[in-house]
Amino acid sequence: MTARDVRDILGARVLAGEDHLEKEVTSACGADMMSDVLAFSKDHSVLLTGLCNPQVIRTAEMLDIVCLVFVRGKRPDEAMLSMAEERGLIVLATGHRMFSACGMLFAAGLHGGAV
Amino acid sequence: MSESDVITLTYAISPDDFTRAGEASSDVKGKLKQMGVCPEAVRKVAIAMYEGEINMVIHARGGEITVNITPKQIEMILADAGPGIPDVELAMKAGFSTAPDEIRSLGFGAGMGLPNMQKYSDEMKIDTVIGKGTTIFMKVNILPAS
Repeated sequence: MTARDVRDILGARVLAGEDHLEKEVTSACGADMMSDVLAFSKDHSVLLTGLCNPQVIRTAEMLDIVCLVFVRGKRPDEAMLSMAEERGLIVLATGHRMFSACGMLFAAGLHGGAV
Repeated sequence: MSESDVITLTYAISPDDFTRAGEASSDVKGKLKQMGVCPEAVRKVAIAMYEGEINMVIHARGGEITVNITPKQIEMILADAGPGIPDVELAMKAGFSTAPDEIRSLGFGAGMGLPNMQKYSDEMKIDTVIGKGTTIFMKVNILPAS
């Protein structure tokens, strides 16, 4: 699926990377601890998180994440969004909680990838 | 780039500025990509160095990172004048952390930093002296293009 599909499935708002919504996404992970994301993420293209600070953008950058989804209505500030724009990162925001957001994407065919 | 060429990058890591932690790793990642280094090596360097950089800010009041790039490998030297690591073996255990709750609330301090640095580097060595500081050497090999 594409990042646009992720947006539609979650009814999310696009906060950054509007021009990149056609990018393909192949697997996803969800976590609030960036240490765990760095430890366990393998070629994931979507990261769902409820953590909201600049290190989320940097973690996404280091792992070549395509699309970042803030859950539980978390809103990144302007500084974070401009960091994301500079890096061509798509940033979405949804009011859904982590479990529900992950479940909706999983049910639509986006899985966790290799362990 | 010939076999003997070395490109050296150095970065001062500012203490207690968690917002800026990762800027050096981001810069190195960009430069390696520009140089056409294989994506797998770029990813390994980016993750290993980023974890190290975060550690330097959390535990050691910053420090200095030197990156030496040759056609065959990327060497990272992370030097700080922090408190040192009392028990390296324990610090290397996945899940062991001395980071305060404040750092955990920022998404780090899960005790995965050092294990991750080892996982993503091809060679790693830790020199640490209590009260003087810690220097971590990491090496990532660049695989020849197939």
